[in-house]
Amino acid sequence: MSCDDAQMLLDAYVDGELDLVRGIEIEKHMEGCQACARSVENLRALGSAMRSGGLYYQPPASLGPRLEKAMQRAGRSERRPTRFGWQIIALAASLLLAVYVVARMNPGIPHDASNNLVAQETLDSHLRSLMPGHLTDVQSTDQHTVKPWFNGKLDYSPPVTDFAPQGFPLTGGRLDSLSGRAVAVLVYQRRQHLINVYVWPAPGSADASVGESVRQGYNLLHWTRAAMNWWVVSDLNLDELKGFTNLLRAAPASAPAAP
Amino acid sequence: MLGLVEQERASVQQQSKLARFELSVVPHMGAAYNLARWLTRNDHDAEDVVQEAHLRAYRFFDGFHGGDGRTWLLAIVRNTCYTWLQQNRKPTLELEEEIPELDSGRSNPEALLLRSVDSEMLRQALDDLPVEFREAIVLRELEGLSYKEIGAIAGVPLGTVMSRLARARSRLQKALRGNARQGGAT
Repeated sequence: MSCDDAQMLLDAYVDGELDLVRGIEIEKHMEGCQACARSVENLRALGSAMRSGGLYYQPPASLGPRLEKAMQRAGRSERRPTRFGWQIIALAASLLLAVYVVARMNPGIPHDASNNLVAQETLDSHLRSLMPGHLTDVQSTDQHTVKPWFNGKLDYSPPVTDFAPQGFPLTGGRLDSLSGRAVAVLVYQRRQHLINVYVWPAPGSADASVGESVRQGYNLLHWTRAAMNWWVVSDLNLDELKGFTNLLRAAPASAPAAP
Repeated sequence: MLGLVEQERASVQQQSKLARFELSVVPHMGAAYNLARWLTRNDHDAEDVVQEAHLRAYRFFDGFHGGDGRTWLLAIVRNTCYTWLQQNRKPTLELEEEIPELDSGRSNPEALLLRSVDSEMLRQALDDLPVEFREAIVLRELEGLSYKEIGAIAGVPLGTVMSRLARARSRLQKALRGNARQGGAT
């Protein structure tokens, strides 16, 4: 290695950023080149002077509380809907309550109405997820990556199974919110069609068989099993989506942990 | 009353986002302040920049897909600083290709001199560096970041990180030598 070549790499050498082979070449070169050896010594001396010189600026004690305040202000204003927004929310909420009350008072009426609301919310969420950059928080085709990713983000652990062998590869997952609660969303793919699978706990709910509906050209399937609510949304044709649903329902409630 | 329920729900969601933010981003406030302080060269400005950067980070937090919160935050701090520098001062954009003097280090005592350099002198020499060089050397020596991380923060390729660091160090050594000579003369 020529001295010019070596000089170019001395900083990277001192910073430990050279690969092993080039690092050894530099060391060999320095055995015969006093100038480079001294340059390295100087670089090291400068580095240690910088690190030991008390040059790191510590934030003032007041900065933490100041940030916290600013964040809370920002957090409130970010989610605060306009007055019109509040009216819509209030309307939706009273509708939800009315549906709930009716459903409770008259058990003869199935939960179709409340399912309608969830269906619309699920579909809205599905459509939102199709916008660029919204589909996945964790992108992975590995169920053992996707499942642990939800740890600490939810108060439950969703069952995650990859169905790539059956032609429905898992492409990732994300957090979303439905009816005001955080839910796990698993994202699968079938050719160019995306499938969003929403899973959240339904404590105390009886198992319900698959209900299906069509909204705005999208197929929605939902069921309750082992105290979990499942909603599946896609523009995939109904037959294939039903096939996929059967796979989901046949999968173990909790995928085995990574070996 | 229903409005209250909704309000509560919204605030619960908000709190969980805030909680995640506090877990993965806020712990790096010290690093954020150090970088902002070095780039703005002023206490008050550094605090303002850090606050602005945290607000920006929070706004973009939905796009943060896990990973290293420090690098992510520092990139935002850096960009906030540059915006601030553009608005408030003439940025010191001295990026002329200056071939670093290849000091052969014939003066062997130089390493000794560098090792014992006064930290005030070093601080001054750092402050005098062009901002691109300053950020590279601060991130490397004070934050201990890799070339790759520095490149990600500054938005430049590895080769540029390497040459900025080399030139930053060469300038620092030159400045400190000059100071030492002056000091010796008086």
